[in-house]
Amino acid sequence: MKDELLKLLSENARRSDKDLATMLGVTEDEIKAEIKSLEKQGIIAGYKAVINWDMMDGSLVSAIVELKVIPKAGLGFEDIAERIVNYSQVESVYLMSGGYDLNVVVKGKTLQDVARFVASELATMESVTSTTTHFVMCRYKELDTNLFSSNKDGRGLLFI
Amino acid sequence: MIDYSKILNKTVLDMKPSGIRKFFDIAATMDEVISLGVGEPDFQTPWEVRKAAISSLERGKTKYTSNRGLDDLRIEIANYMKRRCNLTYNPEDEILVTVGGSEAIDAAIRALVSPGDEVIIPQPSYVCYEPITRLAGGIPVIIETKAEDDFKLTKQQLLSAITKKTKALILPFPCNPTGGIMEKEDLEEISEVLSGTDIMVISDEIYSELTFNEIGHIAPASIDGMYERTITVNGFSKSFSMTGWRLGFACGPKEIMKEVTKIHQFAIMCAPTTSQYAATWALRHCDEDVKSMRSEYNRRRRLITKGFNDIGLSCREPLGAFYAFPSIQSTGMSSEEFCEKLLNEYHVAVVPGPAFGKGGEGFVRASYCYSTEHILEALNRIEQFIKKHK
Repeated sequence: MKDELLKLLSENARRSDKDLATMLGVTEDEIKAEIKSLEKQGIIAGYKAVINWDMMDGSLVSAIVELKVIPKAGLGFEDIAERIVNYSQVESVYLMSGGYDLNVVVKGKTLQDVARFVASELATMESVTSTTTHFVMCRYKELDTNLFSSNKDGRGLLFI
Repeated sequence: MIDYSKILNKTVLDMKPSGIRKFFDIAATMDEVISLGVGEPDFQTPWEVRKAAISSLERGKTKYTSNRGLDDLRIEIANYMKRRCNLTYNPEDEILVTVGGSEAIDAAIRALVSPGDEVIIPQPSYVCYEPITRLAGGIPVIIETKAEDDFKLTKQQLLSAITKKTKALILPFPCNPTGGIMEKEDLEEISEVLSGTDIMVISDEIYSELTFNEIGHIAPASIDGMYERTITVNGFSKSFSMTGWRLGFACGPKEIMKEVTKIHQFAIMCAPTTSQYAATWALRHCDEDVKSMRSEYNRRRRLITKGFNDIGLSCREPLGAFYAFPSIQSTGMSSEEFCEKLLNEYHVAVVPGPAFGKGGEGFVRASYCYSTEHILEALNRIEQFIKKHK
Protein backbone atom coordinates (compact mmCIF):
# COMPACT_ATOMS: atom_id res chain seq x y z
CA MET A 1 0.00 0.00 0.00
CA LYS A 2 2.87 2.36 0.86
CA ASP A 3 4.07 2.95 -2.72
CA GLU A 4 0.58 3.39 -4.04
CA LEU A 5 -0.32 5.79 -1.23
CA LEU A 6 2.77 7.90 -1.90
CA LYS A 7 1.94 7.99 -5.60
CA LEU A 8 -1.59 9.21 -4.88
CA LEU A 9 -0.40 11.86 -2.43
CA SER A 10 2.30 13.05 -4.79
CA GLU A 11 -0.39 13.59 -7.41
CA ASN A 12 -2.70 15.42 -5.04
CA ALA A 13 -1.92 15.91 -1.38
CA ARG A 14 -5.41 17.20 -0.61
CA ARG A 15 -7.12 13.87 -1.17
CA SER A 16 -9.14 12.96 1.92
CA ASP A 17 -8.21 9.97 4.05
CA LYS A 18 -11.64 8.59 3.26
CA ASP A 19 -11.11 8.71 -0.51
CA LEU A 20 -7.59 7.33 -0.20
CA ALA A 21 -8.94 4.44 1.85
CA THR A 22 -11.61 3.70 -0.75
CA MET A 23 -9.18 3.89 -3.65
CA LEU A 24 -6.69 1.56 -2.01
CA GLY A 25 -9.28 -0.81 -0.57
CA VAL A 26 -8.18 -0.34 3.07
CA THR A 27 -9.70 1.37 6.12
CA GLU A 28 -9.43 5.05 6.95
CA ASP A 29 -7.57 4.21 10.15
CA GLU A 30 -4.95 2.28 8.20
CA ILE A 31 -4.45 5.31 5.95
CA LYS A 32 -4.09 7.64 8.90
CA ALA A 33 -1.55 5.35 10.57
CA GLU A 34 0.47 4.89 7.38
CA ILE A 35 0.60 8.63 6.65
CA LYS A 36 1.63 9.36 10.22
CA SER A 37 4.41 6.81 10.00
CA LEU A 38 5.60 8.14 6.64
CA GLU A 39 5.66 11.67 8.05
CA LYS A 40 7.54 10.53 11.12
CA GLN A 41 10.16 8.76 9.03
CA GLY A 42 10.56 11.90 6.92
CA ILE A 43 9.52 10.06 3.76
CA ILE A 44 6.68 12.53 3.45
CA ALA A 45 8.72 15.70 3.96
CA GLY A 46 5.95 18.25 3.47
CA TYR A 47 2.80 19.29 1.61
CA LYS A 48 2.68 22.22 -0.81
CA ALA A 49 0.29 23.65 -3.34
CA VAL A 50 1.52 23.94 -6.93
CA ILE A 51 1.07 27.62 -7.64
CA ASN A 52 1.36 29.23 -11.01
CA TRP A 53 3.02 32.40 -9.73
CA ASP A 54 3.23 33.81 -13.24
CA MET A 55 -0.48 34.54 -12.96
CA MET A 56 -0.02 36.67 -9.86
CA ASP A 57 0.97 40.34 -9.78
CA GLY A 58 4.47 40.97 -8.48
CA SER A 59 5.40 37.36 -8.95
CA LEU A 60 8.87 36.24 -7.98
CA VAL A 61 11.83 35.83 -10.31
CA SER A 62 13.59 32.48 -10.29
CA ALA A 63 17.01 31.44 -11.45
CA ILE A 64 18.91 28.23 -11.66
CA VAL A 65 22.44 28.73 -10.42
CA GLU A 66 25.12 26.23 -11.30
CA LEU A 67 27.88 26.12 -8.70
CA LYS A 68 31.29 24.60 -9.03
CA VAL A 69 32.59 23.75 -5.60
CA ILE A 70 35.73 22.33 -4.02
CA PRO A 71 34.48 19.64 -1.66
CA LYS A 72 35.87 19.61 1.88
CA ALA A 73 37.96 16.72 3.06
CA GLY A 74 35.83 14.32 5.06
CA LEU A 75 32.65 16.36 4.56
CA GLY A 76 32.32 16.23 0.76
CA PHE A 77 29.64 18.57 -0.55
CA GLU A 78 27.36 18.33 2.44
CA ASP A 79 29.04 21.04 4.43
CA ILE A 80 28.48 23.73 1.81
CA ALA A 81 25.08 22.35 0.81
CA GLU A 82 23.92 22.62 4.39
CA ARG A 83 24.95 26.27 4.51
CA ILE A 84 23.17 27.04 1.25
CA VAL A 85 19.84 25.43 2.17
CA ASN A 86 19.50 27.83 5.09
CA TYR A 87 18.95 30.88 2.88
CA SER A 88 15.26 31.71 2.48
CA GLN A 89 16.00 32.79 -1.10
CA VAL A 90 16.96 29.22 -1.98
CA GLU A 91 14.14 27.00 -3.17
CA SER A 92 16.04 23.79 -3.83
CA VAL A 93 19.59 22.44 -3.84
CA TYR A 94 20.76 19.36 -5.73
CA LEU A 95 24.16 17.69 -6.04
CA MET A 96 24.70 17.04 -9.73
CA SER A 97 26.68 14.70 -11.89
CA GLY A 98 28.42 16.18 -14.95
CA GLY A 99 29.82 19.63 -15.62
CA TYR A 100 29.16 21.29 -12.27
CA ASP A 101 28.45 20.33 -8.68
CA LEU A 102 25.49 22.04 -7.08
CA ASN A 103 22.28 23.14 -8.73
CA VAL A 104 20.66 25.88 -6.68
CA VAL A 105 17.26 27.30 -7.49
CA VAL A 106 17.06 30.86 -6.21
CA LYS A 107 14.07 33.16 -6.07
CA GLY A 108 13.81 36.90 -5.50
CA LYS A 109 11.54 39.88 -6.05
CA THR A 110 13.52 41.22 -9.01
CA LEU A 111 16.30 40.19 -11.32
CA GLN A 112 18.62 42.49 -9.36
CA ASP A 113 17.65 40.82 -6.09
CA VAL A 114 18.64 37.44 -7.41
CA ALA A 115 21.82 38.75 -9.04
CA ARG A 116 22.81 40.46 -5.81
CA PHE A 117 22.22 37.31 -3.80
CA VAL A 118 24.30 35.21 -6.15
CA ALA A 119 27.12 37.71 -6.26
CA SER A 120 27.28 38.57 -2.59
CA GLU A 121 26.28 35.33 -0.89
CA LEU A 122 26.88 32.32 -3.13
CA ALA A 123 29.87 33.46 -5.19
CA THR A 124 31.74 34.62 -2.14
CA MET A 125 31.66 31.30 -0.28
CA GLU A 126 35.21 30.12 0.00
CA SER A 127 34.75 26.70 -1.58
CA VAL A 128 32.72 28.02 -4.53
CA THR A 129 34.94 28.39 -7.57
CA SER A 130 32.38 29.57 -10.11
CA THR A 131 28.68 30.38 -10.60
CA THR A 132 26.56 30.39 -13.73
CA THR A 133 23.09 31.89 -13.43
CA HIS A 134 20.16 31.08 -15.71
CA PHE A 135 16.95 33.05 -15.23
CA VAL A 136 13.61 31.29 -15.66
CA MET A 137 11.58 33.05 -18.34
CA CYS A 138 8.33 31.15 -18.31
CA ARG A 139 6.92 28.12 -16.53
CA TYR A 140 5.06 25.54 -18.57
CA LYS A 141 5.01 22.63 -16.19
CA GLU A 142 5.68 22.59 -12.46
CA LEU A 143 5.85 19.53 -10.22
CA ASP A 144 4.10 17.29 -12.75
CA THR A 145 1.41 19.90 -13.25
CA ASN A 146 0.70 21.24 -16.72
CA LEU A 147 0.39 25.02 -16.40
CA PHE A 148 -1.12 25.61 -19.81
CA SER A 149 -4.64 26.81 -19.07
CA SER A 150 -6.22 25.20 -22.11
CA ASN A 151 -6.02 21.74 -20.66
CA LYS A 152 -9.30 20.60 -22.18
CA ASP A 153 -10.61 17.09 -22.51
CA GLY A 154 -10.05 16.51 -26.20
CA ARG A 155 -12.12 13.34 -26.36
CA GLY A 156 -14.94 13.43 -28.81
CA LEU A 157 -18.30 12.65 -27.34
CA LEU A 158 -18.52 9.50 -29.31
CA PHE A 159 -21.16 7.10 -28.17
CA ILE A 160 -19.57 3.80 -27.29
CA MET B 1 -36.80 14.32 -57.41
CA ILE B 2 -35.57 11.11 -55.88
CA ASP B 3 -37.43 9.97 -52.81
CA TYR B 4 -34.43 8.71 -50.91
CA SER B 5 -36.50 6.93 -48.30
CA LYS B 6 -37.75 4.66 -51.06
CA ILE B 7 -34.38 3.74 -52.46
CA LEU B 8 -32.37 3.25 -49.30
CA ASN B 9 -31.85 -0.15 -47.79
CA LYS B 10 -34.85 -1.01 -45.61
CA THR B 11 -32.77 -2.54 -42.84
CA VAL B 12 -30.62 0.56 -42.61
CA LEU B 13 -33.64 2.86 -42.57
CA ASP B 14 -35.10 0.86 -39.71
CA MET B 15 -31.93 1.18 -37.64
CA LYS B 16 -32.38 3.70 -34.87
CA PRO B 17 -29.65 6.26 -34.43
CA SER B 18 -28.03 5.95 -31.04
CA GLY B 19 -30.37 7.20 -28.33
CA ILE B 20 -27.70 9.06 -26.50
CA ARG B 21 -26.76 11.57 -29.14
CA LYS B 22 -29.23 14.14 -27.85
CA PHE B 23 -27.70 14.14 -24.37
CA PHE B 24 -24.31 14.89 -25.77
CA ASP B 25 -25.78 17.57 -27.99
CA ILE B 26 -27.33 19.27 -24.96
CA ALA B 27 -24.18 18.76 -22.92
CA ALA B 28 -22.08 20.39 -25.64
CA THR B 29 -24.02 23.64 -25.25
CA MET B 30 -23.50 23.86 -21.48
CA ASP B 31 -20.67 25.40 -19.52
CA GLU B 32 -19.15 23.56 -16.62
CA VAL B 33 -20.50 20.19 -17.66
CA ILE B 34 -19.04 17.28 -15.77
CA SER B 35 -19.30 14.28 -18.03
CA LEU B 36 -19.11 10.66 -17.02
CA GLY B 37 -20.26 9.79 -20.48
CA VAL B 38 -17.18 9.05 -22.50
CA GLY B 39 -16.28 5.44 -23.27
CA GLU B 40 -12.62 5.91 -24.03
CA PRO B 41 -9.51 6.04 -21.85
CA ASP B 42 -8.29 9.42 -20.65
CA PHE B 43 -4.69 8.20 -20.72
CA GLN B 44 -2.51 9.10 -23.65
CA THR B 45 -1.17 6.28 -25.78
CA PRO B 46 2.19 5.42 -24.17
CA TRP B 47 4.86 7.72 -25.65
CA GLU B 48 7.03 4.82 -26.78
CA VAL B 49 4.16 3.55 -28.89
CA ARG B 50 3.67 6.94 -30.51
CA LYS B 51 7.41 7.08 -31.15
CA ALA B 52 7.31 3.70 -32.85
CA ALA B 53 4.62 5.04 -35.18
CA ILE B 54 6.62 8.19 -35.94
CA SER B 55 9.70 6.10 -36.61
CA SER B 56 7.78 3.88 -39.02
CA LEU B 57 6.68 7.00 -40.91
CA GLU B 58 10.26 8.29 -40.99
CA ARG B 59 11.35 4.99 -42.48
CA GLY B 60 8.69 5.35 -45.15
CA LYS B 61 6.46 2.51 -44.02
CA THR B 62 3.42 4.00 -45.67
CA LYS B 63 2.20 1.28 -48.01
CA TYR B 64 -0.50 -1.35 -47.64
CA THR B 65 0.42 -4.33 -45.53
CA SER B 66 -0.77 -7.83 -46.37
CA ASN B 67 -4.51 -8.28 -45.95
CA ARG B 68 -4.07 -10.18 -42.72
CA GLY B 69 -1.75 -7.57 -41.24
CA LEU B 70 2.01 -7.32 -40.69
CA ASP B 71 3.74 -10.64 -40.04
CA ASP B 72 5.48 -9.25 -36.96
CA LEU B 73 2.24 -7.96 -35.54
CA ARG B 74 0.44 -11.26 -36.03
CA ILE B 75 3.35 -13.06 -34.36
CA GLU B 76 3.14 -10.65 -31.43
CA ILE B 77 -0.61 -11.16 -31.21
CA ALA B 78 -0.04 -14.91 -31.08
CA ASN B 79 2.53 -14.38 -28.30
CA TYR B 80 0.11 -12.13 -26.46
CA MET B 81 -2.74 -14.63 -26.66
CA LYS B 82 -0.41 -17.32 -25.34
CA ARG B 83 0.96 -15.12 -22.57
CA ARG B 84 -2.32 -13.64 -21.38
CA CYS B 85 -4.91 -16.32 -22.19
CA ASN B 86 -2.85 -19.49 -22.68
CA LEU B 87 -4.33 -19.82 -26.16
CA THR B 88 -2.42 -20.97 -29.22
CA TYR B 89 -3.15 -19.38 -32.58
CA ASN B 90 -1.12 -19.72 -35.73
CA PRO B 91 -0.13 -16.24 -36.97
CA GLU B 92 -0.24 -17.59 -40.53
CA ASP B 93 -3.91 -18.41 -40.82
CA GLU B 94 -5.70 -18.00 -37.49
CA ILE B 95 -5.16 -14.31 -36.77
CA LEU B 96 -6.52 -11.30 -38.63
CA VAL B 97 -5.60 -7.68 -37.90
CA THR B 98 -8.66 -5.43 -38.23
CA VAL B 99 -9.75 -1.81 -38.05
CA GLY B 100 -10.58 -1.84 -34.35
CA GLY B 101 -12.43 -4.58 -32.60
CA SER B 102 -15.54 -3.22 -34.33
CA GLU B 103 -14.51 -4.40 -37.78
CA ALA B 104 -13.63 -7.80 -36.37
CA ILE B 105 -17.13 -8.13 -34.89
CA ASP B 106 -18.74 -7.00 -38.13
CA ALA B 107 -16.70 -9.35 -40.32
CA ALA B 108 -17.16 -12.28 -37.92
CA ILE B 109 -20.94 -11.87 -37.86
CA ARG B 110 -21.11 -11.46 -41.62
CA ALA B 111 -18.97 -14.52 -42.17
CA LEU B 112 -21.25 -16.69 -40.06
CA VAL B 113 -24.78 -15.39 -40.49
CA SER B 114 -27.06 -16.23 -43.42
CA PRO B 115 -30.50 -14.66 -43.75
CA GLY B 116 -32.84 -16.06 -41.12
CA ASP B 117 -30.09 -17.25 -38.75
CA GLU B 118 -30.48 -16.29 -35.13
CA VAL B 119 -27.76 -14.59 -33.12
CA ILE B 120 -28.07 -14.60 -29.34
CA ILE B 121 -27.07 -11.27 -27.83
CA PRO B 122 -26.90 -10.67 -24.08
CA GLN B 123 -27.95 -7.13 -23.16
CA PRO B 124 -27.35 -4.53 -21.78
CA SER B 125 -24.27 -4.51 -23.94
CA TYR B 126 -22.37 -2.54 -26.54
CA VAL B 127 -24.72 -1.26 -29.21
CA CYS B 128 -23.27 -2.72 -32.39
CA TYR B 129 -24.20 -6.41 -32.27
CA GLU B 130 -27.88 -5.99 -33.03
CA PRO B 131 -27.64 -3.70 -36.08
CA ILE B 132 -24.74 -5.67 -37.57
CA THR B 133 -26.72 -8.89 -37.20
CA ARG B 134 -29.70 -7.32 -38.93
CA LEU B 135 -27.54 -6.00 -41.76
CA ALA B 136 -26.36 -9.55 -42.33
CA GLY B 137 -30.00 -10.67 -42.54
CA GLY B 138 -29.81 -12.36 -39.17
CA ILE B 139 -32.33 -12.22 -36.36
CA PRO B 140 -31.09 -10.89 -33.03
CA VAL B 141 -32.33 -12.89 -30.04
CA ILE B 142 -31.91 -10.81 -26.94
CA ILE B 143 -31.16 -12.19 -23.50
CA GLU B 144 -31.48 -9.68 -20.67
CA THR B 145 -28.78 -10.22 -18.08
CA LYS B 146 -29.85 -9.33 -14.55
CA ALA B 147 -28.30 -7.29 -11.77
CA GLU B 148 -28.99 -10.10 -9.31
CA ASP B 149 -26.86 -12.40 -11.48
CA ASP B 150 -24.12 -9.73 -11.55
CA PHE B 151 -25.07 -9.23 -15.20
CA LYS B 152 -23.70 -12.62 -16.16
CA LEU B 153 -25.18 -14.78 -18.85
CA THR B 154 -26.67 -17.81 -17.10
CA LYS B 155 -26.99 -21.34 -18.33
CA GLN B 156 -30.78 -21.23 -17.98
CA GLN B 157 -31.09 -18.05 -20.00
CA LEU B 158 -28.95 -19.47 -22.76
CA LEU B 159 -30.84 -22.77 -22.85
CA SER B 160 -34.16 -21.03 -23.28
CA ALA B 161 -32.85 -18.82 -26.09
CA ILE B 162 -31.40 -21.56 -28.27
CA THR B 163 -33.48 -22.75 -31.22
CA LYS B 164 -32.76 -24.78 -34.32
CA LYS B 165 -31.92 -21.54 -36.08
CA THR B 166 -29.31 -20.37 -33.60
CA LYS B 167 -26.11 -19.68 -35.48
CA ALA B 168 -24.03 -17.73 -33.01
CA LEU B 169 -23.77 -16.43 -29.47
CA ILE B 170 -22.17 -13.09 -28.68
CA LEU B 171 -20.21 -13.01 -25.43
CA PRO B 172 -19.66 -9.32 -24.63
CA PHE B 173 -17.55 -9.71 -21.49
CA PRO B 174 -16.09 -7.79 -19.69
CA CYS B 175 -19.27 -5.91 -20.42
CA ASN B 176 -19.86 -2.33 -21.47
CA PRO B 177 -21.99 -0.94 -19.75
CA THR B 178 -22.64 -3.31 -16.84
CA GLY B 179 -19.08 -4.10 -15.81
CA GLY B 180 -20.10 -7.75 -15.62
CA ILE B 181 -17.56 -10.49 -16.29
CA MET B 182 -17.81 -14.22 -16.85
CA GLU B 183 -15.72 -16.32 -14.50
CA LYS B 184 -14.35 -19.76 -15.25
CA GLU B 185 -17.30 -21.64 -13.73
CA ASP B 186 -19.77 -19.43 -15.60
CA LEU B 187 -18.05 -20.14 -18.89
CA GLU B 188 -17.89 -23.86 -18.17
CA GLU B 189 -21.66 -23.86 -17.88
CA ILE B 190 -21.98 -22.07 -21.18
CA SER B 191 -19.64 -24.58 -22.78
CA GLU B 192 -21.76 -27.41 -21.41
CA VAL B 193 -24.89 -25.95 -23.00
CA LEU B 194 -23.18 -25.48 -26.36
CA SER B 195 -21.49 -28.83 -26.36
CA GLY B 196 -22.73 -31.02 -29.19
CA THR B 197 -24.20 -28.06 -31.10
CA ASP B 198 -22.74 -26.16 -34.07
CA ILE B 199 -23.34 -22.83 -32.40
CA MET B 200 -20.41 -20.47 -32.79
CA VAL B 201 -19.30 -17.93 -30.20
CA ILE B 202 -18.09 -14.44 -30.98
CA SER B 203 -16.32 -13.30 -27.86
CA ASP B 204 -15.77 -9.54 -27.69
CA GLU B 205 -12.90 -9.20 -25.23
CA ILE B 206 -11.91 -5.62 -25.92
CA TYR B 207 -11.96 -4.89 -22.15
CA SER B 208 -10.06 -8.06 -21.19
CA GLU B 209 -7.14 -6.14 -19.67
CA LEU B 210 -9.56 -4.26 -17.46
CA THR B 211 -10.60 -7.13 -15.24
CA PHE B 212 -10.30 -6.43 -11.55
CA ASN B 213 -10.66 -9.74 -9.76
CA GLU B 214 -7.57 -11.59 -8.65
CA ILE B 215 -7.50 -14.21 -11.38
CA GLY B 216 -7.98 -11.73 -14.18
CA HIS B 217 -9.64 -12.29 -17.50
CA ILE B 218 -10.59 -15.80 -18.59
CA ALA B 219 -10.93 -16.16 -22.37
CA PRO B 220 -13.94 -18.29 -23.34
CA ALA B 221 -11.84 -20.05 -25.98
CA SER B 222 -9.62 -21.40 -23.19
CA ILE B 223 -12.53 -23.37 -21.68
CA ASP B 224 -12.83 -27.05 -22.59
CA GLY B 225 -14.91 -27.52 -25.70
CA MET B 226 -14.91 -23.84 -26.67
CA TYR B 227 -11.77 -23.37 -28.76
CA GLU B 228 -13.20 -24.84 -31.94
CA ARG B 229 -16.38 -22.74 -31.76
CA THR B 230 -14.97 -19.39 -30.67
CA ILE B 231 -13.85 -16.32 -32.57
CA THR B 232 -11.99 -14.16 -30.09
CA VAL B 233 -12.08 -10.42 -30.78
CA ASN B 234 -9.76 -8.01 -29.05
CA GLY B 235 -7.89 -4.82 -29.80
CA PHE B 236 -5.67 -2.01 -28.65
CA SER B 237 -8.18 0.76 -27.93
CA LYS B 238 -8.91 0.14 -24.28
CA SER B 239 -5.92 -1.84 -23.04
CA PHE B 240 -3.25 0.38 -24.60
CA SER B 241 -5.27 3.61 -24.78
CA MET B 242 -5.16 3.55 -28.57
CA THR B 243 -8.75 4.33 -29.54
CA GLY B 244 -7.93 6.69 -32.38
CA TRP B 245 -5.49 4.27 -34.00
CA ARG B 246 -8.37 1.98 -34.92
CA LEU B 247 -6.69 -1.34 -34.49
CA GLY B 248 -8.03 -4.67 -33.35
CA PHE B 249 -7.82 -8.34 -34.19
CA ALA B 250 -9.73 -11.58 -34.42
CA CYS B 251 -8.48 -15.09 -33.73
CA GLY B 252 -10.22 -18.35 -34.49
CA PRO B 253 -10.22 -21.64 -36.37
CA LYS B 254 -8.47 -21.26 -39.72
CA GLU B 255 -11.48 -22.46 -41.74
CA ILE B 256 -13.50 -19.59 -40.26
CA MET B 257 -10.72 -17.00 -40.35
CA LYS B 258 -10.17 -17.69 -44.04
CA GLU B 259 -13.71 -16.48 -44.75
CA VAL B 260 -13.55 -13.58 -42.29
CA THR B 261 -10.37 -12.50 -44.05
CA LYS B 262 -12.15 -12.49 -47.41
CA ILE B 263 -14.67 -9.95 -46.11
CA HIS B 264 -11.87 -7.87 -44.64
CA GLN B 265 -9.94 -8.07 -47.88
CA PHE B 266 -12.82 -6.76 -49.97
CA ALA B 267 -14.18 -4.18 -47.52
CA ILE B 268 -11.02 -2.84 -45.93
CA MET B 269 -7.90 -4.18 -47.71
CA CYS B 270 -5.75 -3.88 -44.60
CA ALA B 271 -5.69 -2.13 -41.25
CA PRO B 272 -3.80 1.21 -41.08
CA THR B 273 -0.10 0.54 -41.55
CA THR B 274 1.18 3.15 -39.09
CA SER B 275 -1.09 1.80 -36.39
CA GLN B 276 0.16 -1.72 -37.04
CA TYR B 277 3.76 -0.68 -36.42
CA ALA B 278 2.71 1.10 -33.24
CA ALA B 279 0.74 -1.92 -32.04
CA THR B 280 3.66 -4.27 -32.68
CA TRP B 281 5.75 -2.12 -30.36
CA ALA B 282 2.95 -1.97 -27.80
CA LEU B 283 2.68 -5.75 -27.60
CA ARG B 284 6.43 -6.15 -27.28
CA HIS B 285 7.14 -3.51 -24.68
CA CYS B 286 4.09 -2.16 -22.92
CA ASP B 287 2.78 -4.79 -20.50
CA GLU B 288 3.87 -2.53 -17.63
CA ASP B 289 1.92 0.43 -19.00
CA VAL B 290 -1.17 -1.72 -19.26
CA LYS B 291 -0.70 -2.82 -15.68
CA SER B 292 -0.25 0.68 -14.35
CA MET B 293 -3.34 1.96 -16.17
CA ARG B 294 -5.29 -0.98 -14.77
CA SER B 295 -4.20 -0.04 -11.23
CA GLU B 296 -5.33 3.52 -11.78
CA TYR B 297 -8.71 2.40 -13.15
CA ASN B 298 -9.05 0.08 -10.19
CA ARG B 299 -8.64 2.94 -7.69
CA ARG B 300 -11.20 5.01 -9.55
CA ARG B 301 -13.51 2.01 -9.74
CA ARG B 302 -13.49 1.60 -5.99
CA LEU B 303 -14.09 5.31 -5.52
CA ILE B 304 -17.05 5.58 -7.88
CA THR B 305 -18.71 2.34 -6.72
CA LYS B 306 -18.55 3.37 -3.08
CA GLY B 307 -19.62 6.88 -4.06
CA PHE B 308 -22.83 5.69 -5.70
CA ASN B 309 -23.67 3.33 -2.85
CA ASP B 310 -23.06 6.07 -0.28
CA ILE B 311 -25.40 8.39 -2.15
CA GLY B 312 -28.07 5.71 -2.10
CA LEU B 313 -27.82 4.55 -5.71
CA SER B 314 -27.23 0.87 -5.32
CA CYS B 315 -24.25 -0.17 -7.44
CA ARG B 316 -22.90 -3.69 -7.77
CA GLU B 317 -19.16 -3.99 -7.92
CA PRO B 318 -18.25 -3.82 -11.61
CA LEU B 319 -15.45 -6.34 -12.09
CA GLY B 320 -14.59 -5.40 -15.66
CA ALA B 321 -14.41 -2.58 -18.23
CA PHE B 322 -14.40 1.02 -16.97
CA TYR B 323 -18.01 1.71 -16.16
CA ALA B 324 -20.18 1.72 -13.07
CA PHE B 325 -23.79 0.78 -13.67
CA PRO B 326 -25.78 1.96 -10.65
CA SER B 327 -29.48 1.39 -10.22
CA ILE B 328 -31.53 4.58 -10.10
CA GLN B 329 -34.80 2.80 -9.29
CA SER B 330 -34.86 4.28 -5.77
CA THR B 331 -35.45 7.72 -7.31
CA GLY B 332 -38.69 6.63 -8.95
CA MET B 333 -37.50 8.14 -12.23
CA SER B 334 -36.98 6.39 -15.52
CA SER B 335 -33.37 6.19 -16.68
CA GLU B 336 -33.94 8.76 -19.38
CA GLU B 337 -35.75 11.15 -17.03
CA PHE B 338 -32.94 10.78 -14.50
CA CYS B 339 -30.25 11.55 -17.06
CA GLU B 340 -32.11 14.46 -18.57
CA LYS B 341 -32.84 16.11 -15.22
CA LEU B 342 -29.36 15.46 -13.90
CA LEU B 343 -27.88 17.07 -16.98
CA ASN B 344 -30.21 20.06 -16.97
CA GLU B 345 -30.11 20.73 -13.24
CA TYR B 346 -26.60 19.78 -12.19
CA HIS B 347 -24.77 19.57 -15.51
CA VAL B 348 -23.60 16.01 -15.06
CA ALA B 349 -23.76 13.70 -18.07
CA VAL B 350 -24.32 9.98 -17.61
CA VAL B 351 -25.84 7.57 -20.10
CA PRO B 352 -29.31 6.02 -19.63
CA GLY B 353 -29.15 2.22 -19.33
CA PRO B 354 -31.75 1.52 -22.04
CA ALA B 355 -29.32 2.91 -24.63
CA PHE B 356 -27.70 -0.53 -24.27
CA GLY B 357 -30.87 -2.56 -24.52
CA LYS B 358 -34.28 -2.58 -22.83
CA GLY B 359 -32.91 -4.48 -19.87
CA GLY B 360 -30.92 -1.39 -18.96
CA GLU B 361 -34.03 0.43 -17.74
CA GLY B 362 -33.59 1.51 -14.15
CA PHE B 363 -29.83 1.90 -14.54
CA VAL B 364 -27.39 4.50 -15.80
CA ARG B 365 -23.87 4.09 -17.09
CA ALA B 366 -21.14 6.20 -15.53
CA SER B 367 -17.69 5.93 -17.06
CA TYR B 368 -14.70 6.30 -14.79
CA CYS B 369 -12.23 7.23 -17.52
CA TYR B 370 -11.73 10.47 -15.65
CA SER B 371 -9.44 11.84 -12.95
CA THR B 372 -10.48 11.11 -9.38
CA GLU B 373 -11.09 14.82 -8.81
CA HIS B 374 -13.48 14.86 -11.75
CA ILE B 375 -15.26 11.74 -10.48
CA LEU B 376 -15.61 13.17 -6.97
CA GLU B 377 -17.05 16.41 -8.30
CA ALA B 378 -19.58 14.47 -10.37
CA LEU B 379 -20.57 12.33 -7.37
CA ASN B 380 -20.93 15.44 -5.29
CA ARG B 381 -23.35 16.94 -7.79
CA ILE B 382 -25.29 13.69 -8.14
CA GLU B 383 -25.66 13.59 -4.36
CA GLN B 384 -27.16 17.08 -4.35
CA PHE B 385 -29.46 16.03 -7.18
CA ILE B 386 -30.66 12.97 -5.25
CA LYS B 387 -31.26 15.03 -2.10
CA LYS B 388 -33.28 17.58 -4.04
CA HIS B 389 -35.56 14.92 -5.54
CA LYS B 390 -36.08 12.90 -2.40
